[in-house]
Amino acid sequence: MTPEDSRYATSHEYVHNEGGVGTIGITDYAQKELGDVVFVELPQVGSQLEAGDELGSIESVKAVSELFSPVSGEVVEVNEKLAEKPELVNTDPYGDGWMIRIKMSDQSELDELMTADDYEDYVQTESGK
Amino acid sequence: MSEGPLKKTPLNELHKSLGGKMVDFGGWELPVQYSGILEEHQAVRERAGVFDVSHMGEMTVRGHAALELLQKVTCNDVSRLDDGRAQYSGLLYPTAGFVDDLWVGRRGPDDYLLVVNASNSDKDFEWVSDCAKGMDVEVRNVSNDYALLALQGPKAQEILQKLTDSDLTKIKYYRFAPATVDGSKGMISRSGYTGEDGFEIFLSPGDAPRVMKKLIDAGVQPCGLGARDTLRLEAKMALYGNDIDHSTTPIEADLGWIVKLEKGDFMGRDVLQRENAEGPKRKLVGFEMVDRGIARHGYPVVAGGEEIGVVTSGTHSPTLKKAIGLAYLPLDKSAQGSEFTVLIRGKETRARVVPTPFYKRAK
Repeated sequence: MTPEDSRYATSHEYVHNEGGVGTIGITDYAQKELGDVVFVELPQVGSQLEAGDELGSIESVKAVSELFSPVSGEVVEVNEKLAEKPELVNTDPYGDGWMIRIKMSDQSELDELMTADDYEDYVQTESGK
Repeated sequence: MSEGPLKKTPLNELHKSLGGKMVDFGGWELPVQYSGILEEHQAVRERAGVFDVSHMGEMTVRGHAALELLQKVTCNDVSRLDDGRAQYSGLLYPTAGFVDDLWVGRRGPDDYLLVVNASNSDKDFEWVSDCAKGMDVEVRNVSNDYALLALQGPKAQEILQKLTDSDLTKIKYYRFAPATVDGSKGMISRSGYTGEDGFEIFLSPGDAPRVMKKLIDAGVQPCGLGARDTLRLEAKMALYGNDIDHSTTPIEADLGWIVKLEKGDFMGRDVLQRENAEGPKRKLVGFEMVDRGIARHGYPVVAGGEEIGVVTSGTHSPTLKKAIGLAYLPLDKSAQGSEFTVLIRGKETRARVVPTPFYKRAK
């Protein structure tokens, strides 16, 4: 179920690379854990992020979670639809529920992230705790 | 918090079979949600939902001095109760801080049932037992004798009526009566924690799973702790540990209506009398966010670089579709319409004091 063409962070964000521009969102596992998402706070277009920087926050009904950028670069687009329809994060996390697009300054950072298979194993261990 | 394995209610297996997402709630394994908080919340506002609240504590207070004891340890006027009538009240320390908030029901002239918060149950029992020393009264912790289901929502009466011969129209708000529910002996109280009409159904532990299944078969939505919290907050019902605790008084918590100073002496009366005359230093108010964001429990309220108050509860209101919450503010800043600043993860965010409850059902 986890898309093979993306890479995954231990903090449950994905990066989908298309020609050096990474689309970032949270995984299906993460949205299920959070429950109904009601508010997503995202950075401004033009912001510079380092891998591991907080890029924003996501509020579900029951809790708030921080979002971290898995890669470094400049934010070139944010998903404006989430302001009106934060529930897209629940209904389509890998599609319309994406959060930001970032022009990556160092694509080798992707190699540090998990593949879909690795991520699924990781989630198994996490949820088995 | 207590170590060791989580405590389970008699409905534990049923929750899991229904796909409930189980969490540790003060040492109890309970579902935070089944299908989703928003869906469960809406079901209670529009139709009916059922909650397992078996983790709550029950205590009986019986004997000639039962009334005298309860008048001493609680702030509401227990003498106003007659058989089958209940009241919301506070169990107070001499400082007027809350030991707990509770439901007090009179079953007979010398026979009362108390329903208290799960996490406070042992503390409450010890406190009331200590206060009862030397009095002609027996205090018993009967928490394990009961499973408790809360059936809440505009369709609650219609649905429950099909499972009982008792005429539910005769059980008015904050009244209760022994009843047979789906063939099982128990007790029905018209009360709840959602702002909707509804019932709390006391059952023997062994009967509760069958009754809950019957309710679900009748179209009732199973609901978890998540929806319970959003529903109670919209109705501005206090949550012990969030909005009230040992350091807050009922008058500060805007619960002056459960304080009956004229009933005679009771724990905390001196403090409450003074607060009543002079005004409390701070007051619990309802607020809406002006800026974007959700202010949650523990976030500081600031003015001029100083912390002047604290958010005690906050969430996204599914009914109003905006961010709401409760906060303690200095009395002179608590007027409706006043704006104040909450630090949300370090960021100054504006909120405004609004009338409460946030949600009131149509009569």
